[in-house]
Amino acid sequence: MKVLSAAVLKPAFFWLLSLLLSSLVWFIAVKASNEKDAELQKSLIIFGVMFSVLLQEVFRFAYYKLLRKANEGLAALSEDGKSPLSVQQMAYVAGLGFGIMSGAFSVVNILAGSVGPGTVGIFRDSQYYFLTSAFMTMAIILLHTFWSVLFFDGFENKRWVAVVAVIATHLLVSGLTFLNPVYEGSLIPAFVIMVLMAAWAYFTAGGSLQNLQHFFMCKENK
Amino acid sequence: MISSDSEDELYTERTALMSANASTAPSYQDRDGAPSPTNVQANRRRSAARRPANPVEGRVGAEGGPASRDGGGEGEEEEEEELILKYGAKHVIMLFVPVTLCMAVVVVTIKSVSFYTEKDGQLIYTPFTEDTDSVGRRLLNSILNTLIMISVIVVMTIILVLLYKYRCYKFIHGWLILSSLLLLFLFTYIYLGEVFKTYNVAMDYPTLILIIWNFGAVGMVCIHWKGPLQLQQAYLIMISALMALVFIKYLPEWSAWVILGAISVYDLIAVLCPKGPLRMLVETAQERNEPIFPALIYSSTMVWLVSMAKRDVDTEEHLSKTCNADNYPEVEVEANNHAVQGLDDVSDMPQTQIQGVHHSAAGGEELEEEKGVKLGLGDFIFYSVLVGKAAAGASGDWNTTLACFIAILIGLCLTLLLLAVFKKALPALPISITFGLVFYFSTDNLVRPFMDTLASHQFYI
Repeated sequence: MKVLSAAVLKPAFFWLLSLLLSSLVWFIAVKASNEKDAELQKSLIIFGVMFSVLLQEVFRFAYYKLLRKANEGLAALSEDGKSPLSVQQMAYVAGLGFGIMSGAFSVVNILAGSVGPGTVGIFRDSQYYFLTSAFMTMAIILLHTFWSVLFFDGFENKRWVAVVAVIATHLLVSGLTFLNPVYEGSLIPAFVIMVLMAAWAYFTAGGSLQNLQHFFMCKENK
Repeated sequence: MISSDSEDELYTERTALMSANASTAPSYQDRDGAPSPTNVQANRRRSAARRPANPVEGRVGAEGGPASRDGGGEGEEEEEEELILKYGAKHVIMLFVPVTLCMAVVVVTIKSVSFYTEKDGQLIYTPFTEDTDSVGRRLLNSILNTLIMISVIVVMTIILVLLYKYRCYKFIHGWLILSSLLLLFLFTYIYLGEVFKTYNVAMDYPTLILIIWNFGAVGMVCIHWKGPLQLQQAYLIMISALMALVFIKYLPEWSAWVILGAISVYDLIAVLCPKGPLRMLVETAQERNEPIFPALIYSSTMVWLVSMAKRDVDTEEHLSKTCNADNYPEVEVEANNHAVQGLDDVSDMPQTQIQGVHHSAAGGEELEEEKGVKLGLGDFIFYSVLVGKAAAGASGDWNTTLACFIAILIGLCLTLLLLAVFKKALPALPISITFGLVFYFSTDNLVRPFMDTLASHQFYI
């Protein structure tokens, strides 16, 4: 358990690397372009977001490969040829690491700003900025966790549908945020997708409706 | 440019003492590394001796017991790899918490108490000002500052090594006591004063004197003599944080970054080169089988002692038989505060202490755990300086602070992995500081504008 909790740092580092590279690309693009042109800047940032999403998925794959190797090493050392960590545990931790880092980067500056004096939306921005940021961040963190579970499982069992779905929904959720501040267009679909992913990940990880029932009825699982 | 002469002298002495300690501290990584060959062998011998008695030991969690492996050449190798993995994982966790705590204290203080971000002059070790007109001049000044600082540290380290070599223990001991006195009393007083000012808390002198007296006295006892391990760890973390705050306040911007870079290079040279002062210090300590200055190392060995409760009589018997032969330089398993011990004490200790340590059911694993891991206080200080500077920096961006924090921890992880693989003295600064610096500059200049633009439009990636 302690090992798992410390292991959240490595995926966080990978996510950070992906962010670094995508910011580098965006920065170069911005510096190379005309900074006064607002439309161009807007399209550049959209490009930046999409590129960043794709890069995150690439790094998720890279982390998967790294974990596979490490796991094989551990399995080779163990007495019964099986590694102490299952793929699903690794996927969960990886997703958590990605999600926590992603969430932290999205929200910590906003949190710091929310302490200080000020009025939300005084320049005709939405009043619900903080609230929606909080909800969106929560959705993103959970989504990353579920995406990782599905992603890893997809590669493990060669189910490419899962992998494609993960990438597609990530792009979709990010893309929908372009609709902000029309929060209905971005938050609600994000939460719907999150619930869908949650269910899918739950069944992929081996859960079943029966387990769920037993859990809620506090029955023992036989 | 210097605030006041008397204060400055005190700081001079302080930093002189702590710099020396700071530079010697990174080598203490080797406390973990250098003796570990002996320990690992001893462990293997022990587990080999144990195996006939306890055929198959159940595994505990992810870290498999080496005992379950059956003999042969392969067994030895795989056992070693398992040890490596186990060392790696456990040591990583044992160090993450104190390093995180230290950095957290520093960051919280920097963000809330404005005293530590005000420019109030510079230390005597960095005489060149950075308030110049041209960029080139500023760069030159910071490089000169770095050269002076590093040479002071090198000289101090060499003096320390010479003192140690010629057995001037009383002098070193006195020096360390004076240094911790200053830290625990004077710096705490200043720190408390500033915190009270920030939060507008009214405090009278008698109460303050009482608080500081108690804090300082208990600290001195804990660090230099005996005390509960966790209290000692807490005090070491606090004095590292205080020292880091002093550095953050008094080192000018560019000089700080160049100094961080230079000191990791110095650390690398001093610990790995055959004639490096730190390496000589470690080797001398090893020859004499003495612990090095417990007041300057953070140790986590006792944690395992506290968590073990069950007794395993078989293992104990075997252990006591094989243990006596081994001479553990690291018998700081108990209080860690036996400042300088003669060989007699050390040989008396192994018996009782090791028996105490190995009360556990699963036998094999705990043998390694008793060793624990040690990190020098200088490492704590410089990690915290890096993160603190990132937090105090012009932009005050939390993303940068977070990125540096993660970078340092990952660097520490890698260093511990290398330590488990190489099993010798390793400098703790280079990898972490390099990662930290790279991430600081790239996050501050590349990621920050990107994230700011995203946040302003509320886009999410």
